[in-house]
Amino acid sequence: MQQKKIDIEQVRQVAKLSRLDLNEEEIAQFSVQLSSILEYVEKINQLDTSKAEPLAHCLPINNCLRADEVRPSLGTEKTLSNAPDRDEQFFIVPKILEGDITL
Amino acid sequence: MNNDLLKFDCIQLRDKIASREIKSVDAVNAVFTQIERCDSKIGAFLSTFKEQSLQRAADIDAKIGKGEKAGVLAGVPVAVKDNMCTTFGATTCGSKLLEKFYSPYNATVIDKLLAADAVIVGKTNLDEFAMGSSTENSGLKKTFNPWDLTRVPGGSSGGSAAALAGQMCFASLGSDTGGSIRQPASFCGLVGMKPTYGRVSRYGLVAYGSSLDQIGPFAKNAADCALMLNVIAGHDEKDSTSVDEKTASLKDFLAGIEKPFDGLKIAIVPQLFEGADSEVVNAVKAAIEVYKKSGAQVIEIEMPYFEYAIAAYYLIATAEASSNLARYDGVHYGYRSAKAKDYIEVYTKSRAEALGTEVKRRIMLGTYALSSGYYDAYYLKALKVRSLIRGDFTAAFQKADCIMMPTSPSTAFKVGEKTADPLQMYLSDIYTIAVNLAGVPAVSIPCGFDSKNLPIGLQVIGSAFDEDKLLKIARMFESTTNFHKKIPQL
Amino acid sequence: MTNINKKIIVGLEIHVQLATRTKMFCGCELVFAGRPNSRVCPVCLGLPGALPVMNRQAVEFSILTATALNCKIAEFTKWDRKSYYYPDLPKNYQISQYDLPIGSDGFIEIPLGDGTSKKIRIRRAHLEEDAGKNIHSGSYSQVDLNRAGTPLLEIVTEPDMNSPEEVRLLAIELQRIVRFLGVSEADMQKGHMRFEPNINLHIVKDGTVFKTPISEVKNLNSFKALERSVAYEAQRQFDDFMETGKCMQSGNKKTFGWDDVREATVLQREKEEAHDYRYFPDPDLVPVVVNEQWYGEIKSRLCELPLNMQARFTAQYGLNEYDASVLTSDRETAEYFDSAVKAGGEAKRICNLMTQTGLKIANERGCNVAQLGLEASRLAELAKITESGQISATAAVTIFKEMLESKEQPVQIAERMNLMQKSDAGELKKIVDEVFAANAQAVEDAKSDGKKTKKAIGFLMGQVMQKTKGTANPQVVAKILEEKLKS
Ligand SMILES: [Mg+2]
Ligand SMILES: [Zn+2]
Repeated sequence: MQQKKIDIEQVRQVAKLSRLDLNEEEIAQFSVQLSSILEYVEKINQLDTSKAEPLAHCLPINNCLRADEVRPSLGTEKTLSNAPDRDEQFFIVPKILEGDITL
Repeated sequence: MNNDLLKFDCIQLRDKIASREIKSVDAVNAVFTQIERCDSKIGAFLSTFKEQSLQRAADIDAKIGKGEKAGVLAGVPVAVKDNMCTTFGATTCGSKLLEKFYSPYNATVIDKLLAADAVIVGKTNLDEFAMGSSTENSGLKKTFNPWDLTRVPGGSSGGSAAALAGQMCFASLGSDTGGSIRQPASFCGLVGMKPTYGRVSRYGLVAYGSSLDQIGPFAKNAADCALMLNVIAGHDEKDSTSVDEKTASLKDFLAGIEKPFDGLKIAIVPQLFEGADSEVVNAVKAAIEVYKKSGAQVIEIEMPYFEYAIAAYYLIATAEASSNLARYDGVHYGYRSAKAKDYIEVYTKSRAEALGTEVKRRIMLGTYALSSGYYDAYYLKALKVRSLIRGDFTAAFQKADCIMMPTSPSTAFKVGEKTADPLQMYLSDIYTIAVNLAGVPAVSIPCGFDSKNLPIGLQVIGSAFDEDKLLKIARMFESTTNFHKKIPQL
Repeated sequence: MTNINKKIIVGLEIHVQLATRTKMFCGCELVFAGRPNSRVCPVCLGLPGALPVMNRQAVEFSILTATALNCKIAEFTKWDRKSYYYPDLPKNYQISQYDLPIGSDGFIEIPLGDGTSKKIRIRRAHLEEDAGKNIHSGSYSQVDLNRAGTPLLEIVTEPDMNSPEEVRLLAIELQRIVRFLGVSEADMQKGHMRFEPNINLHIVKDGTVFKTPISEVKNLNSFKALERSVAYEAQRQFDDFMETGKCMQSGNKKTFGWDDVREATVLQREKEEAHDYRYFPDPDLVPVVVNEQWYGEIKSRLCELPLNMQARFTAQYGLNEYDASVLTSDRETAEYFDSAVKAGGEAKRICNLMTQTGLKIANERGCNVAQLGLEASRLAELAKITESGQISATAAVTIFKEMLESKEQPVQIAERMNLMQKSDAGELKKIVDEVFAANAQAVEDAKSDGKKTKKAIGFLMGQVMQKTKGTANPQVVAKILEEKLKS
């Protein structure tokens, strides 16, 4: 059998980076589907891009700057209005562990 | 109630409201009668605002009655895709995750529509976060094609297309990242335009692929499309990527639209016709013949990098999406899983439970393309290919005023036909995607029907900021054909 | 016997909060404290559809600072997204600059206190947005986004510092520079400046060099904490090495927090995780191109930097290192001093008036000396009449205070308050004669060459001062006393 472009373990790792709690079935399915998509997109490797500049943006503009002027903020009530959990003035989440930035 | 007025186009209706021949309230009532009659079958709308719309219409009628100056869309009922933020109703983006999200601000295009005195009657269904080509990826509801209710309306702006094709508004707004306005316009027999990247403000448009996303109109004809573009185009200081007057002067897209395009030069890419259904190819070729008859010159060109667009697109768009959608984490707004035991599970479970499979798939693909060890091979390589693709367009526009090709390789497909194989669904965007990568404008116009009486779209692609040319070219075709006037029987 | 030598190696990662009125990418006002989550808008809350727009002032402040730090300024720079998930980061990515920082390859010169200085190289300086704050309380955490989106200049030095002292000196010097430039309030307590030292040791044992694993220390809220944490870590690493012999390997960098109460570092993260920040260009922002003209405008706002001024004050005005450093602790004070001297006041005299009298009052009023309301020209005038003996040094202090309340010139005040010194020898001789006549015993004691002499002279001087209500010029009186007692 041909080696998959992205195996189960890699899918797990990418799911972790993506903060998606996928079930085993999804992981297996994504391994198959993402592998076939990756196989397809690798056709770009047929191209010689040694003379091509990476194009992140098509726009001919730069330096879009704003004056340092105060604009109205939403205020606490509106800021929290869509919060799934909150108290008087804060968003609330289960306790965060100090320094634990990545999974 | 006189539902005959639904047959008017935007400009006709606007003029009749302005001359007080028709009341905006009557137009709004006619639209809601139609929505109540048809939308349970079509499923175009995620939310409608009947009371507010009638109130607003009455206010506009009163304003006109007093002889006050009214906006260019005064009293005209329009619909917007539900990925544009509004302070009225929810802004769901077709996702369970945002089902109860109420935006505290309006997207710039919404403010512009309101300033033009349009009446926004509702917000329309879409593929979740605009990811899809059939609107089947909506997390909230199904939408069907008014021409054949067993078929998809196209996507991702399927709701906006179906709402207009179903006579449930007079014009609508969609967004186009890889064809999401043009392809549904083609499937639903409408004029649909993706403006040049930077022409219309993205402020308040829920981002999918930020360097590709652009808002544009669905309209019954080219002139209506020009009118809508006049309303929404222009520099916005809240969007750094919207172009200022110095870079591209703002034109009146409606003025001069009736004046034929003298000496029009059309480029076609013969190889590109090979991938499309024969009925589509025949209709597009026939359309090009119409232009020839009116004096246009047709030249054949090659665009060697065009076929790499889908590959580059699905790396760039998903990379951007994986980052753009990171904010949907159940902390500050949106869905939070009740099962989360710690703060990390707030992320992982909320996202897993509320996001649909296609969205997850694209987040995964984009995350992978950006992750360490793969960045150069996938994301960076795709950016380089993107510049080669843009080079193809630049070269083409040195030889011709526009490029013509089908909008989609097929007419509207059956619901469920392509959902099993995501790659096959992606490949159906072959004709539209390169345009977004190059940032240029393109319009899809109705150019025929297949044997199943399904609309076929002709795509006209122009050079950056040449929307005025494209609209003129579209209008030329309408002036000698009647495809755009046909409406589905409901 | 083993021969052991150790060298401390420290590099700093510094975040400086820029003193703009609004946030980096939105118009929310930057105010310290305030109701939680009140200074938040769709942009800094990361709402769907919201888009960032660069604050011109923040970009210019960072270019100005990078220039003062002798950096190369990038002609073309862009914004990148740095991805990580944390509740105080609403978009779950931070807008930052990855491969094209606005400034690079600079240096900062730090005064070592003995008149010499040391160059610490700066690797890069880039602009980015700050996160909000997570507040931990019991079983849950609260999130406040008021700080989210605040512009930060991140400065990364090379590992060129070799003692806790040098680390503190760099921090103080940087604070002085950014305050001189007016780009930051640079208050460490308020978190305007955050220093994260990376520390390790190069231990030479019997001719072989061993490098200890690198520690990064966070939570440092004062210069003292910064200095002590480096000293503490250096010792801890040395002890650890002697016990375990462990050396640096890739990926064994540890993160510590500083416990201010126990004065010790506390391990936060054992292993440096393989961070995968997935940097890529932010498609919502356009590049920044710094052309000649714009850079010229920004550079014209550059002022004389503190270390330069300090050196000038010692070389040109003859101040000692200490006085020069006190006067250059902030730009306003330094420029005030400089203009008073340029207005003709004697430097040391002005320095004393400022650092002794002025500073005390300024501290009471919570301002600096320049802000007391005494114009540099009047201060110079006060120094002049003190120097010329028209008033006494004591009277100068009184007049200094009086000048804060009135707009009068020092001479007018001296006359009004009767503080002009009597230096007329003829008049003073008469008064001395009167004092001598009334205090024969003291005169005798003063003339005798015994142990009472000094005390008696002092007494006579005091009598003269009393008779003149303190306005006699003590130098002139002393001379007359000396002459008369000799005869
Ligand atoms: Mg940083
Ligand atoms: Zn804000």
